Amino acid sequence: MAKVKVYGLPFSTCTARVLACLHEKEVDYELIPVNLMAGAHKQPPFLALNPFGQIPAIEDGDLTLFESRAITKYLSNNYEGRGTKLLGGTVREQAIVEEWCEVEAQQFNPPSYAIVQQILIIPMRGGTTDASVVESNLTKLSGVLDVYEERFSKTKLNYLAGDFFSLADLHHLPFAHYLFNAAGQGHLLDSRPHLKAWWEQISSRPAWNIVKLNMKK
Amino acid sequence: MAPVKVHGHPLSGATATVIACLHEKQVEYEFVSVDLSSGAHKQPSFLALNPFGQVPAVQDGDLVLFESRAIIKYLAKKYEGQGPDLLGSTLAEQALVEQWSQVEGQSFNSPCSAILFQIIFVPRRGGQTDEAVVASSVEKLNKVLDVYEEKLSKSKYLAGDFFSLADLQHPVYIHYLVNACGKGELISCRKHVSAWWEDISSRPGWKKVTEMMKP
Repeated sequence: MAKVKVYGLPFSTCTARVLACLHEKEVDYELIPVNLMAGAHKQPPFLALNPFGQIPAIEDGDLTLFESRAITKYLSNNYEGRGTKLLGGTVREQAIVEEWCEVEAQQFNPPSYAIVQQILIIPMRGGTTDASVVESNLTKLSGVLDVYEERFSKTKLNYLAGDFFSLADLHHLPFAHYLFNAAGQGHLLDSRPHLKAWWEQISSRPAWNIVKLNMKK
Repeated sequence: MAPVKVHGHPLSGATATVIACLHEKQVEYEFVSVDLSSGAHKQPSFLALNPFGQVPAVQDGDLVLFESRAIIKYLAKKYEGQGPDLLGSTLAEQALVEQWSQVEGQSFNSPCSAILFQIIFVPRRGGQTDEAVVASSVEKLNKVLDVYEEKLSKSKYLAGDFFSLADLQHPVYIHYLVNACGKGELISCRKHVSAWWEDISSRPGWKKVTEMMKP
């Protein structure tokens, strides 16, 4: 069987999300680097893979896909028989996995992205961190993480969608990794013991250990 | 069988999207209005349904769900046997539906919501529209719609030649953009996006939603 082709960069958050899923599903892949510095992602060959000009994109046989959260769902469905089950078993479980995948995409991601952008990415490109943007997004994110903490503490569940690791947990890995480490926001875990336990568990999974080797700590 | 209960607000875009899906799938529902102006969505009884304090939330038997895009996915799966298939029939089709659903959630929604917020909601609360935010959001949205235009020149709907959840996630936002924000030219200047908008907004399920939205 031909390997899945991933067009992206190993330290890019959205590429890492896809790589984590591939490792969890034990699916062979080939990573084809996209030269962002040279603007390759805005050139016709790449735009044919993702017309929005963003990494990652994948090719699996004659299927081309973009949007990391759609790619992980496709991989979880197409390779259902292998590796970790990531979607939930019953219609009910699947619905709750979907719900917390949306929570990651709509509640956790926007403020996390903004903070990582301000603290890590903008300075790397020669700009200055806007402290007020960091502040307001930390306030938003704290509110979101309070809900997570409350959920873990009330339900006694180990993972977001139930007592099983799922895409809902996996989708958090790349931005949370940068947020709690290189972006210096580990303090968000200190006052939230259940959240901290969840983070320690999901970030020490063998699949994630492989992927994070290529990400700045 | 007890009808599905939708806790929402007639002017909430996310609520409208869920209602549209219920109509498409021919699922009976009961609408429970949440009084946002009095802060009902931040009270314990609503937070028990959605701890993020946002409408809509849905009850189907003993399952409670929030996040509109997760709700419509659940409805499309559970009620697979009724109404049109909104998910795609093969794994490849389902993946493309998911991809374009993510495009709406990650690229279309943010600039569109920013425009709606500045033009509709800010003045309503006594503030002043920030024209710079509107301008930069329109620029972003134009780029997204350019990609839609290209895609829709090749297929009738976003994920292929079938109406899906990916299309269903759009009407309420385009409706407000065109009818309440004076930004109709964003759609009308694009031949294929226009045709797509004409098609999806003429669906009976959508027309029922617009009736609910009228004050």
